[in-house]
Amino acid sequence: MTGPLPLPPFQPWLPFLTLLKREVLRFLRVSFQTLLAPVITASLYLFVFGATLGQRISVLEGFSYAQFVIPGLILMGIINNSFANTSTSLFMSRYLGNIVDLLVAPITAPQLILAYTLAAMLRGMLVGAVITLIALGFAPLPWVYPGLGLVMALLSSFLFAQFGLIAAIHANTFDALSMFTNFLLLPLIYFGGVFYPVSILPPFWEGLSRCNPLFYLIDGFRFALLGSGDNPFWLSFGISAAMAGGLFLWAALLIATGYRLRN
Amino acid sequence: MPFTMTAAALKIDHLGKRFGATAAVDDLSLEIAPGEIFGLLGPNGAGKSTTINMITGVTRPQTGSVSVFGYDNRRQALIARRLVGVMHQEIVIDHFFTVRQAIRIHVGYYGLPDDPGWRATLIERLGLGPHLAKPLRELSGGMKRRFMIAKAMIHKPRLLILDEPTAGVDIELRRSLWEFVREINGQGTTVLLTTHYLEEAEKMCGRIAIMNRGRLVALEGKETLLNRLGGRRLIVTLAQPLATLPAALAEDRSLLSWDPDHLTFAVAGPGAVGERLRRLALGGLHIADLDMRKPDLEEVFLQLTGNGNHHPAAEP
Repeated sequence: MTGPLPLPPFQPWLPFLTLLKREVLRFLRVSFQTLLAPVITASLYLFVFGATLGQRISVLEGFSYAQFVIPGLILMGIINNSFANTSTSLFMSRYLGNIVDLLVAPITAPQLILAYTLAAMLRGMLVGAVITLIALGFAPLPWVYPGLGLVMALLSSFLFAQFGLIAAIHANTFDALSMFTNFLLLPLIYFGGVFYPVSILPPFWEGLSRCNPLFYLIDGFRFALLGSGDNPFWLSFGISAAMAGGLFLWAALLIATGYRLRN
Repeated sequence: MPFTMTAAALKIDHLGKRFGATAAVDDLSLEIAPGEIFGLLGPNGAGKSTTINMITGVTRPQTGSVSVFGYDNRRQALIARRLVGVMHQEIVIDHFFTVRQAIRIHVGYYGLPDDPGWRATLIERLGLGPHLAKPLRELSGGMKRRFMIAKAMIHKPRLLILDEPTAGVDIELRRSLWEFVREINGQGTTVLLTTHYLEEAEKMCGRIAIMNRGRLVALEGKETLLNRLGGRRLIVTLAQPLATLPAALAEDRSLLSWDPDHLTFAVAGPGAVGERLRRLALGGLHIADLDMRKPDLEEVFLQLTGNGNHHPAAEP
């Protein structure tokens, strides 16, 4: 008589929790690079735009330039670090070959995505929180809709964590991975309205900027903090949520099918 | 725990994988019974690692199926993976962590709470104790391999797959590793082993499969495989070096190999040794020493993989 072997005890969420812990430990272990460096970069921006130019120019009625630019800088920190966490971690695992440790373990694709995503969101939100604290020293913010601000920050972080996973799977070299950052992410951020309201642009450039998905994230977040933006909040939130859903499905499809992960 | 009531530890059924025009694994079928130590041998590029990758799900087969203790490794992947521990041939480590952290992470990946007793046993048996606080990237090559063995065993797998576990490690680790493998095998763990050290396979494995160019060319018990070449080997050490082979020996199909100082014959059946000695005398050759031994796995391996130049059968 033959039959399946009785199974050893198994805690189904432990693989997920372990991967999440591993991902958090990973970025904490290199915290100079993953937490301190982005905060210093953002502080330099705050100094330039807050302490020097910020009091002399205004691009949005009723607010100093420093107040205008701070929400964008906070979100830029969140976006960059959420993207960097998933993209670097997964790409390094592929590059060094230790991704096989996950491929042979009893961890599901949704657990894998969730663990990478939550760790990336934690890093993004930590960086965002520290930048916010520093920014308060440069200019006061009205905090009109703090709850909506948190929602937009979490949504941005989630969205770019998915984008990081996608980039890490599609990139086969460090060069290819840096192209995602330098030729896609940075232009989208800089042309997305971090440093200026797109409504002050000539109509053609404003129209083009409105095709930039980052514009809606930044504008929605700014609206939540200042109570003023280029779009109604529901539009910014709706487009951002749709993008987040789309990228999640894309990342989930890649990981569930083992694209470029399993031979 | 006895395994007599269970399905095959590993069942591979018509497994196939091509990379471009090359068949890495071609219609491979085999079964490993619970409790076996099974050897999978073959030259480089024979398809051993691809087979292991298909068993563990790292590589997806184009044809065929794999089941582990009755669980299909694709339809019931999560269950099958819990039962398998694998040490891959290539050293892959997580550079961010210390040995201690990495071992704990690995047991968590398998959904098992940490078992301090088992962890301590692995650390002690593999000599990792003095290195627990070191980052993995700072370990020597041999230590990294020891860590990989610990990683493969930390969740107490029912089927342990060791792909070239002793490549590049010192003799002491080899000896202690094989001792440990025998011990856990005695406790019920099935072992699938690949190695380039054929004497290790000969010592450790009950049954052996040999692959060549993606195909299975032999699958037999070790003794049956060793008896394939028939008889024993008669090794003659000559008193004076030989410049050319005498005519009486040149046509002798039992002569397997020769050099100026030695002649090696395959001998089987009554009178075979006497006949060889008579021919040596006819050829005017003086004998300094004689040695008799059984054919070893290396000879069988070379013959089956086409890398040897044996005569197919020994003359009596």
